[in-house]
Amino acid sequence: MAERTGMVEKRGSGYWLTHVGLIIGLLFIFFPIWLAFVASTVSQPEIVRPPMPLLPGDHFFENYSKALLSGINAPVAWMMLNSLVMALGIAFGKIVISLLSAFAIVYFRFPGRKTFFWLIFLTLMLPVEVRIVPTYEVVAGFGMLNSYSGLIFPLIASATATFLFRQFFMTVPDELAEAARVDGARPMRFFWDILLPMSRTNIAALFVILFIYGWNQYLWPLLITTDPSMNTIVMGIKQMFPSGDDIADWPVIMATSILAMIPPVIVVISMQKLFIRGLVDSEK
Amino acid sequence: MEKRVTFKGIWLPLLLVLPQILITAVFFFYPAGQAIWQSLFIPDPFGLSMQYVGLGNFEYLLSNSYYRASFVTTAIFSILVTVVSMGVALYLAVLADRLIKGSGVYRTLLIWPYAVAPAVAGVLWLFMFNTRVGVVTWYLGMLGYDWNHVLNGEEAMGLVVVASAWGRISYNFLFFLAGLQAIPRSVIEAAAIDGAHFWTRFRTILFPLLSPTTFFLLVVNIVYAFFETFGVIHTITGGGPQQSTTILVYKVYSDGFVGQDLGSSAAQSVILLFIVGLLTIVQFKFIERRVHY
Repeated sequence: MAERTGMVEKRGSGYWLTHVGLIIGLLFIFFPIWLAFVASTVSQPEIVRPPMPLLPGDHFFENYSKALLSGINAPVAWMMLNSLVMALGIAFGKIVISLLSAFAIVYFRFPGRKTFFWLIFLTLMLPVEVRIVPTYEVVAGFGMLNSYSGLIFPLIASATATFLFRQFFMTVPDELAEAARVDGARPMRFFWDILLPMSRTNIAALFVILFIYGWNQYLWPLLITTDPSMNTIVMGIKQMFPSGDDIADWPVIMATSILAMIPPVIVVISMQKLFIRGLVDSEK
Repeated sequence: MEKRVTFKGIWLPLLLVLPQILITAVFFFYPAGQAIWQSLFIPDPFGLSMQYVGLGNFEYLLSNSYYRASFVTTAIFSILVTVVSMGVALYLAVLADRLIKGSGVYRTLLIWPYAVAPAVAGVLWLFMFNTRVGVVTWYLGMLGYDWNHVLNGEEAMGLVVVASAWGRISYNFLFFLAGLQAIPRSVIEAAAIDGAHFWTRFRTILFPLLSPTTFFLLVVNIVYAFFETFGVIHTITGGGPQQSTTILVYKVYSDGFVGQDLGSSAAQSVILLFIVGLLTIVQFKFIERRVHY
């Protein structure tokens, strides 16, 4: 990509048109986010008498501290903590169980291995949205409503990550396992000292994707967290709208929306290379 | 494909797969089995016992005009979301690919919406088009257009489509850009030397060479529109007005949790399961072809 010559497209009107076209696209992408930010910095009267201003006001600290510290049903800081626990739990949980089972399928021959492989293959096909009612009953039966384990476990019950690690382990040279065996190293030693360090980049890439997946969950937390103090931020926003004809507290709601997108945006932007890699990997 | 070198032992590997087996059995296979089982029953009016009805729930669903309407709504919704988000993404990717320098900057900016949850995207668009305070609503009013997605089903559909497509642009853009950058420069330059203009080059070279990417994205985006847009619809329209934005996944939720009609909801889950199965088969077939491409 670096050595592209300018042979096809000369610097001319076409060059500037390209930039203009891209900037129009960026405006379309960023306008909703900009408007949300502006709304989170002005006062309620400025919003309810349309049109609202298009430049930020001076109520930034007031709105954000109100959202974070008291919120509407529960402090948003608390909801962000719930989201963080959920996202990290899903990312770590899924990576750990998948690494272990991928190691077992690739490096061992054990009875039921083929069956196990096909069983987890089936899980690739069924998103949680499709089996919500019975999954809800299971979680309720375990008394896991309004709990972190109830938020996390049903969402790590899928095998995408196992497949990913299996593919990767297959590309690890056989000589490494051979050498470990000759040296009399126990299988778990090989796993810790060789396989795990080699998988670092894959783990990190997957972590980025899973963190965003977990943070952005909506339907599942909506069903199982009836207690406002267990709400996650993404599902909590909708709960901030009043029922009936009352006017919503837009500045606080929009401040919450901005707060809800900051952690995943930081993760995506700061780990852009890993993110793109994870995206491409997880679709293979 | 199998490893030549393996370790000995039977208990250790079984122990290693145990956590995954337990979690998938309890939170995946059991509920999925329950969905299939429940779809064959209807609860009595007091909710005390279940009566076996065979395929009765399915027959009832397929003859139910609301359910059939929900199928049509889902089809329209997913086609529109797919076309809009892929169209915008392809346009931006083609432009970014023309740049010799600076495409990285645009890429960094354009991946933002990927990080925004569908439900948050829903709130952002709801705010702009809110019937009372929305900025866009206000300016449309100045132009003499009376926007009201709370009453007008077509406007409601338009709004959930744009909000869903918006969040999906980043994903499609990244794959299109990667696809375009994999096309050898020499091919494009040869065509340029032959005097082919940009549009001709796009039509005859770029677009055909992008077809594996396009097909892949088509399937992935339809899956997205089917299953991951619940948040957008729940925040913006709640399936209304008059069910005009009730897609299938939304109906599983509203019949099962709001309406408490477990048999029907389970039967709908089973039908969705078939649809996902079909889409997955299409996707795997295609990936196989991509390997040989």
